[in-house]
Amino acid sequence: MKVMKEAIAGTLESSDLLVKVAPSDKGAREIVIQSEVIKQFGKQIKRVVAETLDKLSVSEGSIVIEDKGALDCVIRARVQAAVLRGAGSEETDWGTLS
Amino acid sequence: MENVLAQLSQQAAELDRLQPFVGANAQTPYLADPETKLHRKLCESLEEAIKRSGLKDGMTISFHHAFREGDKVVNQVVDTLARMGFKNLTLASSSLLNCHDPLVEHIKSGVVTQIYTSGLRGKLAEAVSNGLMKRPVQIHSHGGRVHLLQTGELKVDVAFLGVACCDEFGNANGSHGNLNCGSLGYAKVDAQYARQVVLLTQEMVNFPNLPVSISQDRVDLIVKLEAVGDPSLISVGAARVTKNPRDLLIARRAADVIEHSGYFKDGFSMQTGSGGASTAATRFLEERMSRDGITASLALGGITGSICDLHKKGLIKTVADVQSFDRDAAESLRTSPGHLEISANEYANPTSKGAYVDRVDVVILSALEIDLDFNVNVITGSDGVMRGASGGHCDVAAAANLSIIVAPLVRGRIPTVVRRVTTVLTPGESIDVLVTDHGIAVNPKRPEVEQRLRDARLPVMTIEELRQRAVGLTGEPEPLEFTERIVGVIRYRDGSVIDVVRQVKIYVIDVEAQRLKSATVELEHQHP
Amino acid sequence: MKLRRSMLFVPGSNAGALSTAFIYKPDSIMFDLEDAVAQSEKDSARLMVFQALRHPAYQEIETVVRVNELNTQFGLKDLEAAVGGGADIVRLPKTENADEIHDLEARVARIEKACGRAVGDTKLMAAIESASGVVNAVAIATASKRMIAIAIAGFDYLVDMHTRRSNGSEPELFYARAAVLHAARAAHIDAFDVVYGNIDDDEGFLREVAIAKGLGFDGKSLIHPKQVELLHRAYAPTKEEVDHANRVLAAAEAAHRKGLGVVSLDGKMVDPPVIEEAEMVLQRAQSS
Repeated sequence: MKVMKEAIAGTLESSDLLVKVAPSDKGAREIVIQSEVIKQFGKQIKRVVAETLDKLSVSEGSIVIEDKGALDCVIRARVQAAVLRGAGSEETDWGTLS
Repeated sequence: MENVLAQLSQQAAELDRLQPFVGANAQTPYLADPETKLHRKLCESLEEAIKRSGLKDGMTISFHHAFREGDKVVNQVVDTLARMGFKNLTLASSSLLNCHDPLVEHIKSGVVTQIYTSGLRGKLAEAVSNGLMKRPVQIHSHGGRVHLLQTGELKVDVAFLGVACCDEFGNANGSHGNLNCGSLGYAKVDAQYARQVVLLTQEMVNFPNLPVSISQDRVDLIVKLEAVGDPSLISVGAARVTKNPRDLLIARRAADVIEHSGYFKDGFSMQTGSGGASTAATRFLEERMSRDGITASLALGGITGSICDLHKKGLIKTVADVQSFDRDAAESLRTSPGHLEISANEYANPTSKGAYVDRVDVVILSALEIDLDFNVNVITGSDGVMRGASGGHCDVAAAANLSIIVAPLVRGRIPTVVRRVTTVLTPGESIDVLVTDHGIAVNPKRPEVEQRLRDARLPVMTIEELRQRAVGLTGEPEPLEFTERIVGVIRYRDGSVIDVVRQVKIYVIDVEAQRLKSATVELEHQHP
Repeated sequence: MKLRRSMLFVPGSNAGALSTAFIYKPDSIMFDLEDAVAQSEKDSARLMVFQALRHPAYQEIETVVRVNELNTQFGLKDLEAAVGGGADIVRLPKTENADEIHDLEARVARIEKACGRAVGDTKLMAAIESASGVVNAVAIATASKRMIAIAIAGFDYLVDMHTRRSNGSEPELFYARAAVLHAARAAHIDAFDVVYGNIDDDEGFLREVAIAKGLGFDGKSLIHPKQVELLHRAYAPTKEEVDHANRVLAAAEAAHRKGLGVVSLDGKMVDPPVIEEAEMVLQRAQSS
């Protein structure tokens, strides 16, 4: 999947996260994470985000995460939502979203 | 007369110390003058009081925290001391709150170089945790502070005590007047042990001022100030019982635990912390007390309006109050004969001749973290910053017959139950039961309590199971990273060192900012 | 016999609620993709619910997904997420007639086949929210073997009826409640009472629960976690009821052992429905 336009998903409420995706002009994938629990879970959050993007075959784009202590399942969902919105895609292959 | 004295000293050698009578007021000339006899303690200003107190560089000053976030004493006094050029003072306050942020500047400029306190908050906490002070902060419990005063480790030269009202002789209390804050339990101890006691008040009243919390025979100097505290921040209205459904669930479960613990009998004694779940537990206990015809003989604390409500209803016979948390509690102290003001020594000092904590059957406390050995951390937050207070936690946990911790299993993404707490404040041997929203764990050293709870079909599991549930939700957290440098020493109530807090390692810090921000930026480059 | 006293609504777009709803241990959790979620957030909520359904914490609790109506742009995608994510039950809002259930069943079966789930595994429930729904309640309740419950949704129903809540003896809901209950009993499925919206009024909530319980409702739709505990306590049998239930079951047991076809207690005959009711009483007692 390719991020064609800027898109946002999620909120800044406690236990949620705000995900902003944008197309990349560098042909690279850049993940920026800001989190209330960066010390304890920074690595894990990064891993979950990267895995989610990999499954959607997103290899380019800028992804900025502002996390308020969300669990992994919420991170996955919000990243997926932002990417789908950014890709302008209506189709969902549930296999890639597991 | 000289002959008489000579004769006396021959009879018994030590009697050569005796002096002949010279005049009625030879030793106390200020009592001869009618003006100074009555008014000598009054100072025109804080500066005058400080000068007269004999305070010098390197000495120890003390404060109490009954005015909570409405306190204006600490800042005014330390500001004045700074202006007067004092340096290297040790500041001993029973606790420090968010309103004491201005101390950061005074520490930077060398006015204050050592702190003894039960707790730290706000920018001061962040700054200290980031290595502001050369000497580590000494964190003590409420009872432990009295012990330090008694052993002499803490020698207070001048105590600056804010009071609600005062007469010109120094009879003062916290329960009457505009700034009424209720119990002066901590201040009473300072008034006893400090070399010089300075009272600060907004309200001077006629002699004699009743009731007497701090007596005239302990007071050296008195200053009337424009503002000693902010009434709107001292005593807020009684905290309404929390509506947070998770706190309510935990509170109800805690009441169930007490009901089936074996300690729920007529005449039992109790204490609750001031957190949401603890206060709500009082309400659920009330239901069961009314239903079963059980009244409590005593409630101790840290007193809230909910406790006073039960006291009014006759469900709690006596209230022993070292600090009145809200307006209802202050009002109850003022009006009810069964509501007593007690000092921190009477409250929780382990070496006191009699401490109320030793009479407590059941106590409900909170925790930031609790580990597999039931050790509790209430001071170091999930960001590694020493922000919180020891308070009476380890005092009453050690003394009570049944110590219950209430806490959500997970706060946001931070697990409460961990392998090993970041900082030990209360040792596991003092903790009996953990009540969370996911279930209850009982310390293995209380098998009879565990059996009673299981028989009552309460959701009991091991603490390891709880930890796994937490980690199942959040994932396994990376350990916090600290430098070698010690910024805080946690003193157990007997003065011993139970743990230390080290300087936290941070990627990005901005100590001047309102909130500590932390961020990491990772870049991944993948070629198309 | 699955207890269905409490069905806790959890908005699919609320991360905090999704992360904590299971601690309150309701009998069922309903993830809402419909009225609680804004149009612009339907896609994101759907993904949240899909993830939540697969989370270990929700494997022990019965999960329900309220999908959007199937004739909207969202409904079919919601169905894929719900069935594919493993929801135990799909709740169809605003059900008007039996055909809608037939249509729903067919679509669910196709999705089950496509995602490898056993056909028939996903159950269904209908929400009655209009006069037509009430009038067709029996047909709806018996429209499919997958139907396990029927609920009345008060707010939309009353709007359709050109009236509103009286907050008293509620005569405006009486017929709908009765109709839905009868449909449920005729179809041998569970009946759910309306949502009580005033979360600050515990006494009002308990009054309504008493009415619903008295009428025979198996459970109630809940919109706030604190209502779960209140409801379970209200539905808890009294000691007398429990003792009586035990005696009924003991009598049935004794009759069975003696090979008698008829069960009697205190000189009166005990029918199978009475025995079933006794089992239900003990179940409720055990889980409160």
